[in-house]
Amino acid sequence: MNENFIEIKNISRHFGSVKAVDNVSFSIKQGEFFSLLGPSGCGKTTLLRLLAGFEAPNQGEIFIDGTDVTSMPANLRPTNMVFQNYAIFPHINCKRNIEFGMRKEKLSRQELDNRVEEVLSLVKLEGYEERFSNQLSGGQRQRIALARALIKRPKVLLLDEPLGALDKKLRDEMQIELRNLQKAVGITFVFVTHDQSESISMSDRVAVMNEGKIQQISDPHDLYYNPQSIFVSSFIGTTNFLSSKTGIRNKNSIMVKIESIGEFSIKNKLNIPENSNNAVCSIRPEAIELSTTPIEKGDIILEGQIVNSSYYGELTSFYVKVEGVEKPLIVSSQRFDNNSFQDNKCYIGINFKDINLLKKE
Amino acid sequence: MNIGQNRSLYIYVLLYFAFLYIPVMFLPIFSFNSGIHMAFPLKEFSTEHYVDMWNSPKLFDALWNSVYVGVVSSFSATILAFFAAKAFTKYKFWGHSFSYGAILTPFLIPEIILAIALLVIWVQMGLPLGLTPIIIGHILFCTPFCMIILIARMEGFDRNLEEASQDLGEGVLMTFWRVTFPILLPGLIASFLLGFIISFDEFLLAMFLQGSDQTLPIYMWGQLRFARRLPHVLALGAVIIVATCLVVMLAYWLRNIGQPEEKKDLTFKI
Repeated sequence: MNENFIEIKNISRHFGSVKAVDNVSFSIKQGEFFSLLGPSGCGKTTLLRLLAGFEAPNQGEIFIDGTDVTSMPANLRPTNMVFQNYAIFPHINCKRNIEFGMRKEKLSRQELDNRVEEVLSLVKLEGYEERFSNQLSGGQRQRIALARALIKRPKVLLLDEPLGALDKKLRDEMQIELRNLQKAVGITFVFVTHDQSESISMSDRVAVMNEGKIQQISDPHDLYYNPQSIFVSSFIGTTNFLSSKTGIRNKNSIMVKIESIGEFSIKNKLNIPENSNNAVCSIRPEAIELSTTPIEKGDIILEGQIVNSSYYGELTSFYVKVEGVEKPLIVSSQRFDNNSFQDNKCYIGINFKDINLLKKE
Repeated sequence: MNIGQNRSLYIYVLLYFAFLYIPVMFLPIFSFNSGIHMAFPLKEFSTEHYVDMWNSPKLFDALWNSVYVGVVSSFSATILAFFAAKAFTKYKFWGHSFSYGAILTPFLIPEIILAIALLVIWVQMGLPLGLTPIIIGHILFCTPFCMIILIARMEGFDRNLEEASQDLGEGVLMTFWRVTFPILLPGLIASFLLGFIISFDEFLLAMFLQGSDQTLPIYMWGQLRFARRLPHVLALGAVIIVATCLVVMLAYWLRNIGQPEEKKDLTFKI
């Protein structure tokens, strides 16, 4: 497995004064399902278009499988793209759409038919050869777009928010299918999305982008439990931020004080300096224990008042006001609902290991 | 209010159509009338004027000139309009609205001014009058019409399709040939047909810039001086009406081909 299958070195793309991609460097492994995640306008699509060859970088280099493709036009790159709106050619049928990119391969009619059949079965659309784009549903168009790219057997498949236009149920199905498809064909996928749950459910690794820069590249688990910045922590899922002060450092740990909650020693993974007022503690809602009766075991035990709640079916989010703490804490629970608490009084418990120490930006 | 229940509106529409079409209907009616006078009561049915028309070599010279001028100028205008429409729909550039307005100008300024201006310049340059200056004038005059048709067609064109083609390995030329051109073909044909019709019945430019070669409208105008020749002009007029209707219907049909149902245009607007 090639660790540096795609190498992006100091790539920048500016549009006037806007730095859409700002000096970005990273590598993508061969056969990896790699996501570019970020809010709209963060530069993720520009980065994908730089990989495809639709944009030229202002500076930097791109290598794919050891070849410098920086100045190679899109039609010569070993990449293929699935467009956000699928871009199925409306004037030719599905079969001719899928064959479109095979002109230069000079295959015999029989070989070509076999290849078309092969990719159509891969995307589960056998028998759709004669249909035109306007006779297909959104999900079917996407499959044709996938087949049209996959028949080329590209080294890298680029996907630009391909699930964005589908309804939720179909999107969930396609997430699993895409993942399985990627495993089956073994092609490196670079997937652009603004949907954090989509990216963490499908990807081997995720690069979180903001304002043209990569914030963090991690596997989904690390991204969720070890975010390296407030941006990543708030973009992936929901979390509670508590302003903190740091005290003395001791090897990998540091003393942290949160107003009205307490003073304790936790791991200092991000090297936050001593005696800083710029620290923030992040605690996930589901990491906080909630109870109707006083909690006995736990590193931090607090008493609170439920001020609000939202019911989501599989769980309920409670907003718990703790005396002296700036904002109500969000606590999610599968066990309790709105009527479980007498006079809205509740008890919460937090363990030190669930607290992530971050730096204010 | 339900328009269907308002009788006066129906009468208005009927009067409108009568006013529009009754004068035109006189042409075919009198073209089949024996005799040279355009007057009621009609005499007997006759195709003599059509035979007369068929036997006028000068008429066919003029017809050929008109077709030649129409095809060359409309074809050129469609190509120019395609490039302009591509630029206006694809790019935002400095001078966007100015150049758009500048291309539309021949469509807005009185045609006679354009005709005089072209005549003066052409003669000043010492070049002979004839079909060439008429073609140039017609290109100038047709381009804005063609451009408006093509812009309407190309505004809905998905740029991703061209990128998809490049992504699948095709260069600029093959992308044009395999994607852009076939998708825009109906619009290009509609533009060509409209340009042809405009050029075909254009009078003022052709009048001012003609040398010894006449176009059909100029020929017809010339024939009107001789009362005896009038009926075969009527016959020709009737033929042109039918041909024009066919061309407009064809252009309209092509315009909507391949467009999604909801985008189909029920009006032939230019």
